[in-house]
Amino acid sequence: MRRRDFLKGAAVLGAGSLPFIRSLPAAAASNGTVVVAMGQTINSLDIHRSGTNRPSYQVAVNAYDRLVSFGTKTLPDGSLSYDYSVIEPEIAESWETTEDGSAIIFKLRRDGKFWDGSPITAEDVKWSFDRAVTLGGFPTVQMKAGSLEKPEQFEAVDEFTFKIHTIRPSKLTVPDLAVPVAIVINSKLAKANATTDDPWATEYLHKTPAGSGAFKVARWEPGQQLVYERNDAWTSGPVPEVKRVIVREVPSQATRRALFERGDIQVSFDIPNKDAKELSGTDGMTIHSTPIENAIYCLCPNLTFEPFKDKKVRQAIAWSVPYADIFQTAAYERGVPMWGGSSATPADIAWPQPFPYSTDLDKAKALLEEAGYKDGFEVPLSIALDQSDWMEPTALLVQENLAKINIKATIEKIPGANWRTASLVEKRLPLHLETFGGWLNYPCYYFFWAYLEGHLFNSSNYRNEEIETLTNETLHIPVDHPDYAPKIKRMIEIVWDEVPRIALFQPALNVGTRDMSGYEYWFHRQLDARGFEA
Amino acid sequence: MGPRTKLVLYRTLQALPALVGVVIVSFILTRMLPGDPAAYFAGPAATEASIAEIRATMGLDRSLPVQFLHYVQDLVVGDLGNSLSTGQPVVEELTRRLPASLELTLTALLLSCAIALPLGIAAAVHQGSWIDHACRGLVTAGVSLPTFFTGIVLVYVFYYLLGWAPSPLGRLDFVYLSPPEVTGFYVIDALLDGDVETARGALSQLVLPATTLALFTLAPLARMARAAMLQALSSDYVRTARAAGLGEGQVVLGYAFQNAMLPVVTTLGMVFSFMLGANVLVEKVFSWPGIGSYAVEALVVSDYAAVQGFVLAMAILFVLLNLAIDIIYTLVDPRTREG
Repeated sequence: MRRRDFLKGAAVLGAGSLPFIRSLPAAAASNGTVVVAMGQTINSLDIHRSGTNRPSYQVAVNAYDRLVSFGTKTLPDGSLSYDYSVIEPEIAESWETTEDGSAIIFKLRRDGKFWDGSPITAEDVKWSFDRAVTLGGFPTVQMKAGSLEKPEQFEAVDEFTFKIHTIRPSKLTVPDLAVPVAIVINSKLAKANATTDDPWATEYLHKTPAGSGAFKVARWEPGQQLVYERNDAWTSGPVPEVKRVIVREVPSQATRRALFERGDIQVSFDIPNKDAKELSGTDGMTIHSTPIENAIYCLCPNLTFEPFKDKKVRQAIAWSVPYADIFQTAAYERGVPMWGGSSATPADIAWPQPFPYSTDLDKAKALLEEAGYKDGFEVPLSIALDQSDWMEPTALLVQENLAKINIKATIEKIPGANWRTASLVEKRLPLHLETFGGWLNYPCYYFFWAYLEGHLFNSSNYRNEEIETLTNETLHIPVDHPDYAPKIKRMIEIVWDEVPRIALFQPALNVGTRDMSGYEYWFHRQLDARGFEA
Repeated sequence: MGPRTKLVLYRTLQALPALVGVVIVSFILTRMLPGDPAAYFAGPAATEASIAEIRATMGLDRSLPVQFLHYVQDLVVGDLGNSLSTGQPVVEELTRRLPASLELTLTALLLSCAIALPLGIAAAVHQGSWIDHACRGLVTAGVSLPTFFTGIVLVYVFYYLLGWAPSPLGRLDFVYLSPPEVTGFYVIDALLDGDVETARGALSQLVLPATTLALFTLAPLARMARAAMLQALSSDYVRTARAAGLGEGQVVLGYAFQNAMLPVVTTLGMVFSFMLGANVLVEKVFSWPGIGSYAVEALVVSDYAAVQGFVLAMAILFVLLNLAIDIIYTLVDPRTREG
């Protein structure tokens, strides 16, 4: 049930008859404490463990340090965002790539200390990276994105010198060391708690972080709350302003909004587009809506479905989508429109940028006729039940317009647990919605995951020889390489023309704050409390 | 061995096949859930290889009979496995969450009984009067409002508008620390610890969710109390008692009420077991870390161990509950009283 409905429907009950105890004033913000509410649950304190969910990544961000971090920039609307173009030192003091490009050498801070006071050494870095590439699952995949694949690549040269032997020179290697996965763990402490069955201390680190980060985990009650306490001796950056951050898990959206409006919490993380729109501009509250970098919500026609093999049919679908209505109804205008581009060839390599399609049913009909589908066809349009907040209105609007060009779409709702398997692993959904966003903010990185055949997010089963070659050629070369921009432009031009993914809009991450400042958007879309000021 | 002890033993033995059945059925049913937990837990950027790795760690690459054998072996030593979604051993999770649900459910039930029983009795005694109509009205309102709706309205009015209720943040506001665990019921534990302030805090968190649940359960209890009382009041023994010139109070409370309690206790048992599973929505609205929301989340992600653990725990609970009700039955039923 949506909050507005209940506001309308709420009749004032016979108040005052029950002996309610007055709540203590939650004057939390005054003593350097920030209370955050979020809807999801943190299921592990170890990002490397298999099964660790996305909301848990925030522990890796706040309680651990990495070799390097990204800079901070101010966005046009005055809010803060990380800056992917600037790599800053965290545990590493400086780094350089060898002449021949075969290795990167990191000099660690000599004063770097873990929470227990022991020094952060190159051995710790090696152990942590070995762990990330060995344990399998998501951390291994993410490390691989930076061409970090096997333990032999990592060498502790001396106590404070760490060397990475590169498989290939790649612009992704150093940025990949700034993602939440590339944490540095206190290896002495972890090893002391490892067993022969569990050499990487996954059981221990799952519940007990052993890091050097800006915050220590003071309390973790799964399903209820996580309490961070400031590390007063943080060596990898300026000690945070706030003493304590309490992250409460509040599953109900309506409850989160009531708490936020009442001022009992200072941060409401990941609020729905609808609430974000309604609360914007309210006195005392700040709603940060940051477009999520390198992410597009797409409509994907699957090339294994006969009619969609013809590019004209895919284009017809792209011309039929009611983009503006979707942006209004499903996104509440939070995010960036991704339609109506002026030219079929991109002017620059910005990604995502508006695709050269808009709503034009006549064009769509003409294209269908050319392709021999004048009388249309039937196709199931699949959506995920757990993302129905935006997928359902979108699907209904798409269905309505498809009907106008004689394509009969039936909406098929798939439970959240099956969605991944059906859409990404088996890639069997003829027409569906998709939401990939890349952590590393490069167009080639997006293409790598979403347009190469067999890759996870290419749920359309798309294959184009030129895209395969160009993506592999551009993935590792620096952005300022003379070949980079022309090749990326060519890639964009191809996928615009062939539209295996029809861009709808770029989504936004909405975070509400009040009585505090210092919220910063990060590509990982999790809470980073290190800059909070209250 | 007295007949009652025999009865208790007999009932306990009867429960065993049911439990074995539950173990098998819950195992098979969870395996039949759609979805691939390995793919789900491998995360957003997993490859085929990493999904296979996860599948192996989860033991899902083995055949079903082998998986079942491992499950039963672990079960015998009291190990329900690890929940993948919360990352905690299922036993630990259940022992932490069950008291939360029980505290809420029992409080709600007490509240509900305190209102429903007198109301039902009064309605039966004064059949057709305004109190009977009031009872009917309240009961209809109670069942027709879904719990999440009542919950949100209560939050809206008493927390958001009036500010009387504490923030709906689960069992304790963040200004308190949870009391040392004895029973797992925060109010009782805090009192045992001599910490009145925390007990008050925990109690105040209970008021709104318990009221929400109580409103919902009012109906079956009040209706059953009324119907049973009506039947008892029109029976021969009440007529006899009245004819013998006994006082109205003794007739109603002493004779009619005692007999009317039987169906009420049965309903109470049913309502209680139903509430434990059904308060998911209330738990969501009040961020209550109970067993219902745990089970639903586990179900959504095909978290086998957690779902099986939940089903088993509930089955054991129901068996115990039925046993308890049988025993209460023998206690309150005048016919089984031994002279």
